[in-house]
Amino acid sequence: MRVTHWLTFIAFVALVVTGGLIVISHPRFYWGEVGNVNTRPLFVIPIPSSRDTVPTGYKYVMPDENGWSRALHFEAAWVAVLAGLVYGIYGLWSGHFRNLIPARRDWNWHAYSARIAKYLRRAPPDRSEERSYNVLQRTAYVVVIFALFPLMIWTGLAMSPSFTAAFPVTAELLGGRQSARTIHFIVTGLLLLFLFVHVAMVALSGFRSRMRAMITGYTRDSEEAP
Amino acid sequence: MSLSKNPISRRRLIRGGVAAVAGVAGLAAADRLAKRYGLIPPDGSGIYGPGESLTYACQRLLTTRTPAHEFSRSMISKNPFANAVAPPNDAFKRLAVGGFRDWRLVVDGTVAHPMSLSLADLKGLGVHSQITEVACEEGWSYIAEWIGTPLSGVLREAGVLPQTRYIVYSSIEEGAWASIDMQDAGDPHTLLTMGMNDGDLPVPFGGPLRLRLPRQLGYKSLKYINHITATDNIKKFGKGLGGVDPEYGYAWYAGI
Repeated sequence: MRVTHWLTFIAFVALVVTGGLIVISHPRFYWGEVGNVNTRPLFVIPIPSSRDTVPTGYKYVMPDENGWSRALHFEAAWVAVLAGLVYGIYGLWSGHFRNLIPARRDWNWHAYSARIAKYLRRAPPDRSEERSYNVLQRTAYVVVIFALFPLMIWTGLAMSPSFTAAFPVTAELLGGRQSARTIHFIVTGLLLLFLFVHVAMVALSGFRSRMRAMITGYTRDSEEAP
Repeated sequence: MSLSKNPISRRRLIRGGVAAVAGVAGLAAADRLAKRYGLIPPDGSGIYGPGESLTYACQRLLTTRTPAHEFSRSMISKNPFANAVAPPNDAFKRLAVGGFRDWRLVVDGTVAHPMSLSLADLKGLGVHSQITEVACEEGWSYIAEWIGTPLSGVLREAGVLPQTRYIVYSSIEEGAWASIDMQDAGDPHTLLTMGMNDGDLPVPFGGPLRLRLPRQLGYKSLKYINHITATDNIKKFGKGLGGVDPEYGYAWYAGI
């Protein structure tokens, strides 16, 4: 279980770096099926491009890194998908997801606002939260695991000309190939946001003890977070 | 510290070992099966080999005999984007002066009848049209109507021998070549394209002759095609990676 977490982490870093390098070759985003420099973009990232065919306003053309970036991107995607598969099967089998899905009684705004207020007061966790996750943590994990990661895979496949030939609906449901690419980019931002908050929370609750727990699986009950 | 608290107990060690052995055995078996059924691409070795092979094998198993995605006429892009091309070389310019009447497509390799076809000969083999999208690996795309003769018809005329595994195609541009497997070569949408949107195929879009391969990214749709070679051994060509793009790190199989 911890192995899948770290495999996913390594794959995610590789995917973000190579994805960024690929975006540089065309830092324009569109909605619909088609989009190119002759069509109106939805938004543009104001950076130079690695292609001199893209009008960016800069005179500078970045080095082209797409060859190895694409190869590593897809290999890392396979690592993430296979790790996710193992995690999903194990999670269903072990009942791990029961610890993640927010409890029925917390399905209301009050539970969320109460938990946020607690964070703002910097109150220590409840007894019930010490060994499990609170409603905000659970929601964040559920959204990342069951919405954002699947959406990344879906939008990634919707950009594959061979896959959409077999299953055109994967792109059509999203509004087209370019919509899929735009969603792929936006969800990357959401996943990065999750990563920053996740790491910040780990740091706040004691970076070294949390890291030791996540790497070795070993926690010392007597040990308090600094 | 009691033994049960030790995170690496003997039982876990045995369980982990069994899982690792099973994993390695499974991978070895998958590799053998993939090789037997031709699911390893020409660039399926090296550090990115596992990723390339998984993608190629899965897409081949999933997309066998699925035609390219065709669009309605109303979706044809009004301003298609012609990617930058190298300035045409002297040989190209000479043929352009003659209106490409002397353009020839040479077909050789593992075929019963090697041929040399003019554009008129190609049109004589039957003209088809399709409305498909060009998707570039950079991220942009456009839709156009493409008019030409299917590669499969030319291969039938030439009598491709049964041992053939790849079709190598190259451009009048020095060093520009690529290859496809027999599944893509036999796809009716793999089109030797001479026309675009009811006109001749413009030079910036690959005219007079471009091999359109709508189920793969744009870089496999090579412009200015003048030579097709059927082969049973892709290793004999270039660095053996099945194209010039893989020599620069781009995937041979560009269905993704």
